[in-house]
Amino acid sequence: MMVRLALRNISRNRRRSLTTASLVGMGAAGLLLFGAFMIYIFSGLETGIVQAGGHLVVHRSGYFLFGPGNPAAYGIDDHEAVMREIRNDPILRPMIRVATPTQALVGIAGNFAGGASTSKTFFGIGVVGADREKMRTWDEHGASRPYVPDNRLNDPNAARGVIGRGVARILGLCGKLRVPDCPDPEPRPNASDPNGPPLDPALTALAQEERSGEAAAVVGTYIELLSATASGAPNIVSLEVAGVDTQMVKEIDDNHIALPLSLAQRLVYGRGEPKVTGLVLQLHHTRDVPDARARLTALIETKHWPLEVRDFREMNPFFVQVTRMFDTIFLFLALIMGVIVLFAVVNTMTMNVLERTSEIGTIRAMGVRRATIRHLFVLEGAILGGLGATLGVAIAFAAIWLINHAGFRWMPPGHTDPIPFQLVWPTRPGLLLGTWCGLVAVATLASLLPANRAARSRIVDALRHV
Amino acid sequence: MRENATSSSARPPVVRLDRVARVYRSGAIEVPAVRDISLDIPGGVFGVIAGPSGSGKTTLLNMIGCIDKPDSGRVEVQGQDVGLLADDALSDFRARHIGFVFQSFNLIPVLSAFENVEYPLLLIGVPAAERRRRTLEILDAVGLSAQAGRRPDELSGGQKQRVAIARALVKEPALVLADEPTANLDSVTGAAIVATMRRMQAACATSFVFSTHDARLLAEADLTFSIADGMLVP
Ligand SMILES: Nc1ncnc2c1ncn2[C@@H]1O[C@H](COP(=O)(O)OP(=O)(O)OP(=O)(O)O)[C@@H](O)[C@H]1O
Ligand SMILES: [Mg+2]
Repeated sequence: MMVRLALRNISRNRRRSLTTASLVGMGAAGLLLFGAFMIYIFSGLETGIVQAGGHLVVHRSGYFLFGPGNPAAYGIDDHEAVMREIRNDPILRPMIRVATPTQALVGIAGNFAGGASTSKTFFGIGVVGADREKMRTWDEHGASRPYVPDNRLNDPNAARGVIGRGVARILGLCGKLRVPDCPDPEPRPNASDPNGPPLDPALTALAQEERSGEAAAVVGTYIELLSATASGAPNIVSLEVAGVDTQMVKEIDDNHIALPLSLAQRLVYGRGEPKVTGLVLQLHHTRDVPDARARLTALIETKHWPLEVRDFREMNPFFVQVTRMFDTIFLFLALIMGVIVLFAVVNTMTMNVLERTSEIGTIRAMGVRRATIRHLFVLEGAILGGLGATLGVAIAFAAIWLINHAGFRWMPPGHTDPIPFQLVWPTRPGLLLGTWCGLVAVATLASLLPANRAARSRIVDALRHV
Repeated sequence: MRENATSSSARPPVVRLDRVARVYRSGAIEVPAVRDISLDIPGGVFGVIAGPSGSGKTTLLNMIGCIDKPDSGRVEVQGQDVGLLADDALSDFRARHIGFVFQSFNLIPVLSAFENVEYPLLLIGVPAAERRRRTLEILDAVGLSAQAGRRPDELSGGQKQRVAIARALVKEPALVLADEPTANLDSVTGAAIVATMRRMQAACATSFVFSTHDARLLAEADLTFSIADGMLVP
C-alpha cells in the first residue's frame, strides 16, 4: 500500500516528478558519461604502457633508484636461470603472457665513421624483438591502437635498431630517413668548425674498425653507439637505423634508441658474460599484478636473489598521476551533482508535503502513525531518485551508443594519428552501482527533512490546512 | 470492557468528557474555545452537536476524536483515558475505535473509492479477502458499488461524502465523528447524507456524532448537545 501510494503520488504531480527525476537522471548520466570517458582514457593509457613495458619488471636490487645512471653495473647474474624459474613457476606460469629480458644502456650516439659533426648522449634499450612484437598485441580492454606489425627489431642478429625522432633530428638524419615534420639542422656557415671540439682521432679509428667488419657497400643509414663496458673500457658498435619512433615525451624522444638485446649486450659487456638489467613480464590480465608480484617477491626471497620487483604503476608515475587527477575530478563532479540533486529533491518533496498537508492530517486522524508518514515520504523520495537514476543510466547508454556510432575521431596524448573516439560501456559495478546507489541515497536523504516535517505536523493544524 | 458496542443503553458510555477545557493561544491573545464541558455519549446513538459558528464544535469533536488534547479535564473513549496514551498508542487507538467524516470529504485523491474505503482495514491488519468483502459490502450499502473504481475527482460531492461515510464505518468503530459533514453540500444532498449516516449508524450499531449549525438537521438525532461560547446550553 505504501509503495502504491508513493507511486501514485509521484505520478499525480507528473510534471514536477518528471523534472526532478530528469535532474537526477542528468546527474547520473553526467557521472556515467564522465566515468566511461575515464575508463576509456585509463584503458588507453594502460594498454600503451603494458604493450611497451609489460606489467612487472625484475631488476637487480637498487636498479630502480640508482641503476639508470650506470646500467652496466646492475646486470642480473645468471639471468637465464632466473628467467627459467619464473617461467616455470606453477603460480606465475598461467598468468604470464610474455616474459622477456631487456638491457638498458647509456652512451653517446653519433655518425663518427662518417665524420659526424654532432653526437648525442642516448638512453638505449636492448630488447628481444619478437617478444616485443607479441607484447604489442596485448589488448585486454579492447583499447589498443590498431596493430601494425613491426619487424624492424625482429632479427636478433642484425645490428638494426629504431631511434627517437629527436635523436634523428639532432643527428641530422631526418632528411636521409625521410622523417616527416622533422627538419635537418641548418648548414653551419663554417663547416670546418663543427659543433664542439673535433672527435678524438682514436675514437674515429675505433669506429672505423667496427664499421670495417661490415659490407663496404652499405646503403642504409648508420650510426655508432659508444659506451663504457661494465669493466669500464670504451666500446663501440654500429647500428643501422631501421626507422624512427616518436616518443611521447620530448626528453625521451631526444634520447631513445631501441636495439636488439644481443647488440646491447655486446656494447655493455664486451666479451664478458652477457647479462641483462631487467626481466619484463607482461601478464594476461592487469588484475593479476598484485598476485604475480607477491609470488615473484616470495620467489626472490626464498632463492636469495639480489633482485627486486616493480610494477608498471611504479615505472610510470605519470599514469598514477593521471588516474588520481581523474578520480579527483570525478569526485568533484559527483559532489556537485549530489548537491544539485539534494536541493532539487528537498524542494520537490517540500512542495509535495505542503500540498498534501490536509491529506496527512486525514490519514493521521485515521490512525496512521507518525513514523509511517515519514516512511511514506522518504519512500517517495527514494523512488523518485531511483526512477531518475535509472533514467540517467538509460540516457548515458543511449548517449554512449550515439557517440560511438557518430564516427568521431580524436588524437589522444601520445598518438601520432587520430583514432576513433570509442567510449566503453560504464558497466563496472563500482561506477554503475555506485552512481545509481549514490544518487538514490542522496534523494532519500534529501526527502528525510520534508518527511520529518510532515510526520511532526499536528493533526488538527494539518486538517485545517486547505 | 472496551471491546463492546451495541445499542443497549444500559452500558457504559462510549465517550465520557469530564470538565474538558481547551484554550487557543496566539501570542498574547487567549481564546477559550471549550470551557469545562462534561458529557456522556452512550453507545449506539445518533448524536448531534449543534451551535453557531465559532461556538467550539470543531474543538470539542477534535478532543473527542483524540486528535487534539484538552488543556484540562479528562477524555475517556471506550473506557480508556486517552490522555494516558502516547502518540503511537493513540494512533493505534484511533485506527481501531474511531472513524472520521470531514466537511471537505478528505478522500485520498490518488486512491479509488474502493481503495479509500479499504485503507482503514489495512491499518488494522485485516486479511485481504476479508478486506475486499467488507469494502464491497459497505460500498453497496451506501449505494456506490458502481463507482468503486472511480477516483475522488470523478465523484460528485454527495458521492464523495458517501465514500467517506463508508470509509469511517468499514472498520466497525465504536464511534464515528463527523464535523459539519453537510456544510459543503447543497441542502438536498445534505439531507440525503444525513439520512445515509442515520441509516448506516443504525445498521452498524455504532455511535455517530456529527456537528452542524443547521437547525433543520437536528430532527434526525437521538441526542442533541447544544453549544454556545464553548459551553453546553440546555
Ligand atoms: N487554531 C486556532 N487558534 C486560535 N483560535 C482558534 C483555533 N481554532 C479555533 N479557534 C477559535 O476557537 C473558537 C472555537 O472554534 P471552533 O472551530 O471550535 O468553532 P466551530 O463551532 O467549529 O465553528 P465553525 O462553525 O465556524 O466551524 C473560535 O473562536 C475560533 O476562532
Ligand atoms: Mg467547525
